[in-house]
Amino acid sequence: MATTVHEPPQVELERRPGQGKGGWRNLVPAGGDLRRVKDSSPAPASTGIWVGIAAITMTFAAFTSALVVRQGNARDWHHFSVPPVLYLNTLIIILSSLTLSLGQRRISQAMRSGKAQAGNPANWLYGTLALGLLFVAGQTYAWLELKAQGFGLASNVSYAFFYVLTVAHALHVFGGLGGLVRVIAKLRNSTLRRSTLDATVVYWHFMGALWIYLLFLLWMKL
Amino acid sequence: MHDMSQQHAVHHGAPTSFISKHVFSLDHKVIGKQYYALALLAAVTGMFLSWLMRLHLGWGSLAIPGLHLLSKTGAPGDVMTPEYYLQLMTMHGTIMVFFVLTTAPFAAFGNFFLPIQTGAEDMPFPHFNMMSFWVTFVAFVVAVSSFFVSDGPTLGGWTQYAPLNAVGPAGGPGQGWGVVLWMAGIAIFCIGQLLGSLNFITTTLDMRCKGMSLMRLPLSAWGWFITSIMGLTAFAVLMPACILCILDHVAGTSFFVPSNTVINDQILPHSGGSTLLWQHLFWFFGHPEVYIAIVPGMGIVSHVLITNMRRPMLSHRVLIYSMGALAVLSYMVYGHHMFVSGMNPKSAIAFSFPTLVITIPSTIVVLIWLGSLYGSKLRINSASLFALGFISMFISGGVSGFFLAQPSIDIMLHATYFVVGHFHLVMGVAAMFGIFAGTYFWFPKMTGRMMNETLGKAHFWLSFIGAYCIFMPFHYLGIAGNVRRYQAFTDDYLVPLIPIHKFITVAAIFTGIVQLIFVYNLIYSRFAGERAPNDNPWEGTSLEWSTATPPPHNNFGDKMPVVYHDPYQYSVEGAQKDYIMQTSTETAHSPDEEK
Repeated sequence: MATTVHEPPQVELERRPGQGKGGWRNLVPAGGDLRRVKDSSPAPASTGIWVGIAAITMTFAAFTSALVVRQGNARDWHHFSVPPVLYLNTLIIILSSLTLSLGQRRISQAMRSGKAQAGNPANWLYGTLALGLLFVAGQTYAWLELKAQGFGLASNVSYAFFYVLTVAHALHVFGGLGGLVRVIAKLRNSTLRRSTLDATVVYWHFMGALWIYLLFLLWMKL
Repeated sequence: MHDMSQQHAVHHGAPTSFISKHVFSLDHKVIGKQYYALALLAAVTGMFLSWLMRLHLGWGSLAIPGLHLLSKTGAPGDVMTPEYYLQLMTMHGTIMVFFVLTTAPFAAFGNFFLPIQTGAEDMPFPHFNMMSFWVTFVAFVVAVSSFFVSDGPTLGGWTQYAPLNAVGPAGGPGQGWGVVLWMAGIAIFCIGQLLGSLNFITTTLDMRCKGMSLMRLPLSAWGWFITSIMGLTAFAVLMPACILCILDHVAGTSFFVPSNTVINDQILPHSGGSTLLWQHLFWFFGHPEVYIAIVPGMGIVSHVLITNMRRPMLSHRVLIYSMGALAVLSYMVYGHHMFVSGMNPKSAIAFSFPTLVITIPSTIVVLIWLGSLYGSKLRINSASLFALGFISMFISGGVSGFFLAQPSIDIMLHATYFVVGHFHLVMGVAAMFGIFAGTYFWFPKMTGRMMNETLGKAHFWLSFIGAYCIFMPFHYLGIAGNVRRYQAFTDDYLVPLIPIHKFITVAAIFTGIVQLIFVYNLIYSRFAGERAPNDNPWEGTSLEWSTATPPPHNNFGDKMPVVYHDPYQYSVEGAQKDYIMQTSTETAHSPDEEK
């Protein structure tokens, strides 16, 4: 079912009390002159996504340091070239970031103007979803290709790191795909918040950037 | 299309069914109580294990009736085997560190009170919050389930050093499935803590009510906020370490097992693994974990003391900055756990220096506490007594840290009971006293009833004496060369120390029994205790005391709070009472605001 954009945006001049009114130096003077209060706090989803990204960054930093230490320590390290399909996957995940950005822009314009846009902005999200699934399929192909060549987790620790890093990243991509499905569902129900959309987009871009970093690391170290 | 971006968080309605209200609840207050109950269960379990260990250390051949029910192979004829002692020790440390010291002061109290103290209706991501508890519960079940696999839980200690943690069943009882379950349980625990930290950080930054600037947050809220940042970065590192170790077990990889490792005359198939890699990954988590356990206690104790001193700390800001400095420095000192790992002496100096530096913010915090207490007319009650006990334990345990920070001394004392005494006092008992202080202080707000003060004071004094009787002799044992993790003392120089171990065992059992007073007080007061006289029985100023008791579903009912004052306006000249609540519109002189 196509999603149409036709309702005007609802902008609340006064937020509900108790939500995001604290600000960084947002003191309310004794006597209660609330006119001086300005809200400078971002939406929780906007902050939350960066907190989540910080945790994921730490996890992959730990994997990276393990790889560097283990390789520097090893006489048994087996160097190998990463499966070529990974380069194609890289293009796919970059493309998915572009489609998502276009979708975000269309939806934002619709939210601002309150008018229906030519075409369906959700199509960009569907496209991103399809590209994300294609990326995961491509990663799966790479794992199967290595496995078919006889290189499994236990073959050598270099292969083990390859599997660990790429599978860990793919699991996080699945989280992003789940987020996209949620955004699409909310868009169809006209209950999408801007902060939810923005947070999903930031996460998806981070997945792309993380993958490029991982590919560089694997290309350099394996 | 609705742009709902201006509505920061859509909050769940009040639950209607028993399941949604008490089991899979989205309410941060219920989740906080669930965490507390889990921590209590874990504390009883961990303490029971320590009793078994202590009995074995005092009387090695003692048959403990019924012990064979726990493990037939580990306790044939009800007498503990050496391996089973190590298994119990490992699980004692694991349960206490992860499921008590991390869970109670941070996740339990933080969940209940952080949103209220910030003036929020709930955490911003209540589903994640619910998941964080249930994931933690599953982690506990997984870790404890190792008692019921064929050869029992792992025996490698709570630090699970490589290569012992990664060689599989060849390493001894519990080194197969026991380790896998331990690693899986801790990895799951990390996920729970990451979800919790996400909510804590976002609540603090984004959910504060009108007028609640960061510096107007109470010190307890600051403790939870700083801890959540530590938790986010520390648990995110431990989790991958656990995953790699599990792979060494189940997939035959070689991350941590070096080449040519021989066990029982057999060469293991692993090759090239790094044993030090595990230590680096573990202690990058492990040292911040010490502060994850203690910083919430610092915040809670400060909050309790201020309320009972009826005056603020000497410096609100410096106390916050010091707690922040502890958090930052905690990542730079982890190598001091590895002085005897064969590291380059220059590296040891690099870790020794920040270890000495970290004593500065610790000392500042202590001096602020003591300076603020000096000359105050402290209200003596169970909560303030445990807060004083916290400071005492923190100082006693912290002082021995000065010695251990120096490689030349640490090499002598490493892996002795001196270290055991040090961390039990500074991290274990101090944090427990912080939990007790918080319990006695916030119980009226959580339940609407008061705990029995007479029982509370008895609980304090007996616990205080008991804890010192247990852990101070540890320092003497360590200086005398008594190595830790030995299940029996048969060497000539250790035999004369056995009477001390017997004394410690008696003290441990005594102190453990004393905790039954607390459990009784807790349960009795919950159902039949005296009703709290009003919503603010301690005459506090922060937001939890300005709402109903117990707080309603959305914390503040129809009227959300607006904050006008710093958190601790006590003994204010010209004020109607000797305190001004944060929500009061009464004008007060505030030096902080004048800046």
